[in-house]
Amino acid sequence: MKSYKILLASCSLLMVISCGGNKEETKDTSAETKDIKSMYPDQTAATDAKGVGKFKDITLPATLDSKKADAGQAIYDMKCSACHRLEGDRLVGPTWKGVTTRREPAWILNFITNVDEMLNKDPMAMAQLEECLVRMPNQNLTDDDAYAILEYMRKNDGVK
Amino acid sequence: MLHIKIFKSAALIGTSVLLALQWGCKPNTVQTAATGDAASKVYVAPGTYDELYNFVSGGFNGQLSVYGLPSGRLFRSIPVYSVDPEKGYGFSEETKPMLNTSHGFVPWDDAHHPDFSYTKGEIDGRWVFINGNNTPRVARINLVTFKTDEILEIPNSAGNHSSPFVTPNTEYVVAGTRFSIPLGKNTDVSIKSYKENFKGTLSFIKVDPSSGALSIAFQLLMPGMDFDLSCAGKGPSEGWSFFSCYNSEQARTLKEVYASQRDKDFIIAVNWKKAEEYVKAGKGEKWPARYAHNTYNEKTHSATSVMETEVLVLNPAQLADMVYLIPCPKSPHGVDVDPTGEYIVGSGKLAAVMPVFAYSKMIKAIADKAFDGEYQGLPVIKYEAALYGEVQKAGLGPLHTQFDNNGNAYTSMFVSSEIVKWNIKDLKVIDRIPTYYSIGHLCVPGAHSVKPYGKYVIAYNKITKDRYLPTGPELTQSAQLYDITGEKMKLLLDFPTVGEPHYAVACPAELIKNNSKKFYKIEDNENPYAAKGEKEAKVVRKGNEVHVYMTSIRSHFAPDNIEGVKVGDDVYFHVTNLEQDWDIPHGFAIRGANNAELLIMPGETQTLKWKATEVGVIPFYCTDFCSALHQEMQGYLRVSPSGSNVPISFSVGDNDSE
Repeated sequence: MKSYKILLASCSLLMVISCGGNKEETKDTSAETKDIKSMYPDQTAATDAKGVGKFKDITLPATLDSKKADAGQAIYDMKCSACHRLEGDRLVGPTWKGVTTRREPAWILNFITNVDEMLNKDPMAMAQLEECLVRMPNQNLTDDDAYAILEYMRKNDGVK
Repeated sequence: MLHIKIFKSAALIGTSVLLALQWGCKPNTVQTAATGDAASKVYVAPGTYDELYNFVSGGFNGQLSVYGLPSGRLFRSIPVYSVDPEKGYGFSEETKPMLNTSHGFVPWDDAHHPDFSYTKGEIDGRWVFINGNNTPRVARINLVTFKTDEILEIPNSAGNHSSPFVTPNTEYVVAGTRFSIPLGKNTDVSIKSYKENFKGTLSFIKVDPSSGALSIAFQLLMPGMDFDLSCAGKGPSEGWSFFSCYNSEQARTLKEVYASQRDKDFIIAVNWKKAEEYVKAGKGEKWPARYAHNTYNEKTHSATSVMETEVLVLNPAQLADMVYLIPCPKSPHGVDVDPTGEYIVGSGKLAAVMPVFAYSKMIKAIADKAFDGEYQGLPVIKYEAALYGEVQKAGLGPLHTQFDNNGNAYTSMFVSSEIVKWNIKDLKVIDRIPTYYSIGHLCVPGAHSVKPYGKYVIAYNKITKDRYLPTGPELTQSAQLYDITGEKMKLLLDFPTVGEPHYAVACPAELIKNNSKKFYKIEDNENPYAAKGEKEAKVVRKGNEVHVYMTSIRSHFAPDNIEGVKVGDDVYFHVTNLEQDWDIPHGFAIRGANNAELLIMPGETQTLKWKATEVGVIPFYCTDFCSALHQEMQGYLRVSPSGSNVPISFSVGDNDSE
């Protein structure tokens, strides 16, 4: 029900403001979340680049775990590729190109494993929904799955 | 002779009418019937859950409806015996085999009696079983997925009415034939030879304790009569099942007259533990038979149908101590065993009194050989020897009895349109309350378990007349909810039902709700046509069959542009829903489909067969509103002339012009 409310709100919002271009490249997130926070002052969490969820301080090794990245690719093929491209622009959801430089690792892990709460509370996730308009499906991925996907994203962004 | 008999029956009907008038057939008005605080007792606040699940038979719609109590809200209609275009049930290639029978594809039935699975006499929340009355079948519904998992046809049966009425540890589901018919090798006999050639059967269907798989353990060959309802013994009477019957007159025509001649018909007591001994000792006879056994596999998301070829038959006239008859006035309909297992209530629908038999007295009568001769080779126990007592002047047309957790019984009275509450021990009537109108079955949650939940009784009525806004000649069917926590019953709520409700069962939501399936894991999908990710989406031609391995996710299909199909091709759309979240089905519909839509649950693969009949570009789309871009979830299929050499091609996301 909640999702519908936001969906409807998002639709009406669209009529008032222009949708804008490709916001994925924006480094400063305060601009992209300002409108959302003014619409839902009680609902949105404080701006936190780490997102909403159990992942807080994630430090990743400088080098790639290629086995984990391969596992991530298998999950991508089955559950993610329908909506996310590895390069180029947004398809249904944002492109994965550069996602590991745009977002904190904790934010990515929280978004994958806690998608509904993120879409309802996290200002950046909400701003993203405002643009994409399709709620990212909760694909019921485990923490291990999420780490594997993150590793595959890093590989895609050139980590060796 | 004929004239005299008809006259007698007319006199009987006349008496009934007189009685009805005397009892007061017209119930109270609405204003006096509902009490002041009724609304608060059935109010389930938005976003909160009901206290109970109520599984209600759909009668001639062939389905099982799921309601919440006390709100009376309808949640779901589970397709069982009838095709359901909304869900694609019976239309998708995967579900068609569920409706296979020895007569071929039978897309409809008349479903009357749901019953739970039990462990130690208590509802265990695993399965609901329900009978198919017309083309004799029994179905098992999975309470994790709320889908029909299995349908077993019953051979040597002609109308599976007294079914399923499950035993205390779900050892057996029973199936008694409504009609007797000629059985065996020579079935082309005159209908006039009923008494000589017609037989009935009572089947005992084994339920595998872990998988729930059904198989007929044995059938009892019974004298030609009509078998009506049943109830399993429990506690002291565990190991017995009781069946009601009518037409012990063995009439073959105008049964409303000629099957109502005798003062008493029978309650049939079957010692199924004894039957098991005979089976073990090899006393059964294997009869050739042909009956379909259909099973749905949750991994392949597909049903298979196997034709079984024989059935084991036991003849109680030759095998002693297995079947006894207890006389019961008069054309008994319901037979119900109370929660203690000691009392067996017979409801003679044409009788003035309701007999209550005592299991311990029945056993003593058998030991003392207190018999009143035989009927067709079966011992008849003396009425008084098994009788605990009679409920006097309970009401008109008693049909069924349910039980609460305080030693009270509730009997539905069809002719006098009321529920009568009485005490099992002293057989005194405590209260009566009108129903609107002509109650058939009734339900107290958990009534047939050893621990009834009580609290409510629900009436399932045959007629609603002036209770709802009129909708033409056919009016809604309905149920009524009554509070039974006090000495006096109180009407709380009317709620409409779909189909015609016969029996229904109810249990606390806790037994079921936490086990409910949310989605199917895509990794576990073993459908041979699954596309597990868009990478696996493809279109393959095999002769004049075209197989489309398609995926769906919010909000597009892959592929969504397909070419190379020719007029005359059979196109199979195998659609896999890639979503892995609760409550996100996708639909699939294509213009001109001669069957229905698909409704594909998350992680599931379902297949729609579609015939290419004319040249053109045909649209297809998602029918289940899935996202803000649901209207965009669509695609095109190009159909070329039959001789065309347009090659098979398919794509998604390629938006360049030619």
